Amino acid sequence: MYPGIENKSRFTKGADKYLLMIYAALVFIGWLAIYSSTYDALAEVRTFDLTDFYGRQLLWILVSAVVGVIILLIDSNIFQTYAGIIYIVCMGLILLVVFFGADINGAKSWIRIGSFTFQPIELAKFATALMLAKFFSQGKTSLERRTQWFFAFGLILIPAAIAILQKDTGSALVFFSFIILFYREGFNTGLILLGILAIFVFVITIKFNELYAIACLTVLLIVACVFNNGNTKKIIRNFVVYGSFVLFVFAVNFAYTQILQPHQRQRIDTIFGKSVDPKGADFNLNQSKIAIGSGGFVGKGYLHGTQTKLNFVPEQRTDFIFCSIGEEFGFLGSIILIGLYLTMVIRIIVLSEKARTDFTRIYGYGVASIIFFHLFINIGMTIGLIPVIGIPLPLISYGGSSMLGFTLLIFTFLKLSAEY
Amino acid sequence: MNPLFQQRKVIIILVMLLIMAVYVIRLFGLQVVDQTYKDRAAANAIREIMVTPPRGLIYDRNDSLIVANEVVYNLMAIPKNIQAFDTFDLCNILEIEKEELIKRLEKAKVYSPILPSIIEQQMSKEDYGYLQEKMHKFPGFYVESRILRSYPIPVAAHILGYIGEITEEQLKEETYYQLGDYIGISGIEKSYEEELRGQKGKRMVLVDVHNREQGSYKNGEEDVRAVPGENLWSTLDIALQEYGEKLMEGKKGSIVAIEPKTGEILCIVSSPSYDPNLLVGKSRSKNYSKLYTDSVNLPLFNRALKACYPPGSTFKLANGLIAEQEGVLTEYTIYSCGGGYSIGNHVIGCHHSGATNLVSGVQHSCNTYFCRAFYNTVSNHRYHSVQEGYQAWRNHITRLGFGQKFNTDLPYESKGIIPSVEYFNKKYKNHWNGNYIVSMGIGQGEVGATPLQMANLIAIIANKGYYYRPHVVRCIGDKQTPNMRYTQRMESGIESRYFNPVIEGMRLAVLHGTATGAKIDGITIAGKTGTAQNPHGADHSVFACFAPIEDPQIAVFVLVENGGWGASYACPIASLIIEYYLNREVKRTDLEQRMISTHFIKTNNKPTKTED
Ligand SMILES: [Zn+2]
Repeated sequence: MYPGIENKSRFTKGADKYLLMIYAALVFIGWLAIYSSTYDALAEVRTFDLTDFYGRQLLWILVSAVVGVIILLIDSNIFQTYAGIIYIVCMGLILLVVFFGADINGAKSWIRIGSFTFQPIELAKFATALMLAKFFSQGKTSLERRTQWFFAFGLILIPAAIAILQKDTGSALVFFSFIILFYREGFNTGLILLGILAIFVFVITIKFNELYAIACLTVLLIVACVFNNGNTKKIIRNFVVYGSFVLFVFAVNFAYTQILQPHQRQRIDTIFGKSVDPKGADFNLNQSKIAIGSGGFVGKGYLHGTQTKLNFVPEQRTDFIFCSIGEEFGFLGSIILIGLYLTMVIRIIVLSEKARTDFTRIYGYGVASIIFFHLFINIGMTIGLIPVIGIPLPLISYGGSSMLGFTLLIFTFLKLSAEY
Repeated sequence: MNPLFQQRKVIIILVMLLIMAVYVIRLFGLQVVDQTYKDRAAANAIREIMVTPPRGLIYDRNDSLIVANEVVYNLMAIPKNIQAFDTFDLCNILEIEKEELIKRLEKAKVYSPILPSIIEQQMSKEDYGYLQEKMHKFPGFYVESRILRSYPIPVAAHILGYIGEITEEQLKEETYYQLGDYIGISGIEKSYEEELRGQKGKRMVLVDVHNREQGSYKNGEEDVRAVPGENLWSTLDIALQEYGEKLMEGKKGSIVAIEPKTGEILCIVSSPSYDPNLLVGKSRSKNYSKLYTDSVNLPLFNRALKACYPPGSTFKLANGLIAEQEGVLTEYTIYSCGGGYSIGNHVIGCHHSGATNLVSGVQHSCNTYFCRAFYNTVSNHRYHSVQEGYQAWRNHITRLGFGQKFNTDLPYESKGIIPSVEYFNKKYKNHWNGNYIVSMGIGQGEVGATPLQMANLIAIIANKGYYYRPHVVRCIGDKQTPNMRYTQRMESGIESRYFNPVIEGMRLAVLHGTATGAKIDGITIAGKTGTAQNPHGADHSVFACFAPIEDPQIAVFVLVENGGWGASYACPIASLIIEYYLNREVKRTDLEQRMISTHFIKTNNKPTKTED
């Protein structure tokens, strides 16, 4: 508020120390895990190699640190002022990638300059969080509530749609994590519950069949009617909702069985673990569970994992990096890591609630939403509770774009929350 | 600030905690409760490779290598780890049909999806080298080396024995072995299996997802070093063995030569024999069934240990000694021979006649003399009945090594036949006397002995009263630790002075008696011919001897089936064996040539070499 009075000699002044420490800890753990999964037990003399994965990741960590320091040094008003411009530039960038980007692992989401590759969608997450914060902190007075929500959804649907065009389903889903932020800002609970119910019904229809889905809906209808205790209006409303969900089930089923081509259906089946594909997704998930499960209570010890070194686990440095930690540090290491993340997310929420400005609070919720959603999908996927959706584990997975993206998100929040 | 919805932060945090609690529970289940993932991880990445140590080598008494090792390579597969591969390529390398490969893989899968099975046995070194380069293209396959036996001098097949894959029945009893392991099946290979095989080791290696070896597991901490098998030094003189087998070519029968002072078997021929290299390698089972089904010659049958022959006249030596020990005669006792021994109307004829004492009885192999001696032994007035008299004789003959196994280090011995008192009581309904069984006195009738037992009798005579159990292994291990199994001196129970007239008779038999064919210039030989009556055809030619008389070095027993009387074949062959053993060269080449070239039977097991 009063930058003139601020003591500039320490750039971290006012930034939350706990958050900084957790950030540093996660980055450190991540680098160790990447080193371990690249570690060649056979090599007799190991030279530190900047071209190897751990070397390149270290460069990205240094770049991120510099970016973090710069963010802490600049004027925090910039973010609110330029949120709109940042959003528009990022959307333009990711749209350009759809047409001119490089194709890596089936996703056309990369910028390539020489040997340097970058995924701008990671920046779009940051930009969208800023944009939503600006929108919610200013827009309320000028717009009618319902219209406001339409606009808000529009802001997350644009990057999500572009991500789908990039064939990057995982990132597309990430933008829906802002619904947590919406909820905090007063979005209708009922609608969120209906949304969750829709996902639930969709999964049951695909994974089992439409009859199971309808049976579940019927049970819910009866429970709801019993709770409503003879209130005719509410019971009629229940039946209307029930009817539309049944129609939804049939629509999903029709689309799944009649419209989809066999190869498309095959892909969906694999995601939901319906078809056994021992060489593909099923094999990967199995290997992931074997790696984590074999870690035991305390793990095999650092650099002593076998599954995550001998390439049994797919993407062992990127999306499945958690396997390496689960294998080498066991149950204890896994819950410490989950604990660190939860502390980080809850700390961000607590700081957001304390924030002086709506902008900071809303932005903070955006950051918490994204980090938690990544955690939820990534770990859930490696332990077989969530279908395999490729998104990185924040600050740990190998990859410069995501490292830089999360650094931007977190340091901007550190800067904003320090400004009081 | 939006105080309206501030309570929602609690709900958000609670939902987050709830979801992560579910994850923690799931992780607890995966990592702590469920133990199967550890095994699966190990099965994934850790391959336990059995290290079979080299089997011990076998040398003869003069340090000639007689059983050597040869490395071959087997292609193994673990069905579970097999991934799509170019079957055409693999079939080309192995030179088999695709259907055959699929059949073998199916069989391996049925045996065990996670344990290794042999897909191709004993590839040549060239095939192995070629395959090794392409191994990465066949995930789930690997090559394992195995050691096979080879026999630089292709003799002594029966004694050395052979090794073969362990059978499923044996596997149930022997925990040391695994399917596909080799185990000694006969001969020295069987009786010294534990010494020869050593102790298997194992090597734990890490393999990656493509089943490529990535180095040792935990720096080899859990590896177990293989202990190589012990080398053995046989008692055999392999040159003598080879010579004996050459002399017995085309004849059925046996030669057993023992060093009397130690019981060490110098050579032990069972003819017809076969090239031991036939029972090695790929064509083993084919060759084995060929040998096995030869019902005329029975090449796999070790006559020296298992064949039970009527011992014939050489048995007279034992009876003379027992009669002396029992006090029924002395070296001065004279029986007159009128050309035979009469029992009622029946006469056991004798080709000689005159007053006969023990020396001349042995020298001329007098039937009359030994029938009377035997009759007198079992009818000894010392005893109340013929049963007791016979039992006394039987005790002596057993101590001389008959009617029992030596438990030598060659498996599958026959006991021979020395009937019990009960047997005769039953046969003659308790009413019998010495004359009923008097033909046993001259080694006929209901008595049977193996060539090994007969050779051992000669060793006892040479030693004048004792023997060491015949055996074929002298020392074990590179320090040449003496074989302690056969160091106990066995006493025959016959006083040494009683041997003198018998030995004198044997000496005269060679000089002027029935066995002059055995004479060798410069070597004193004591010998005894025999003719074992054969109800199925021509008599067996038998000769037993030892030399030199002053300091016996070798006791030999030779039996040539259907060879007629003792002097015809058995005697010259035994004499040539002694000449070769003591002089290391044979001067009587004409005799030698005549013996080698006389063939009674046709065999084709000898000259054949293994086909690959
Ligand atoms: Zn006579």
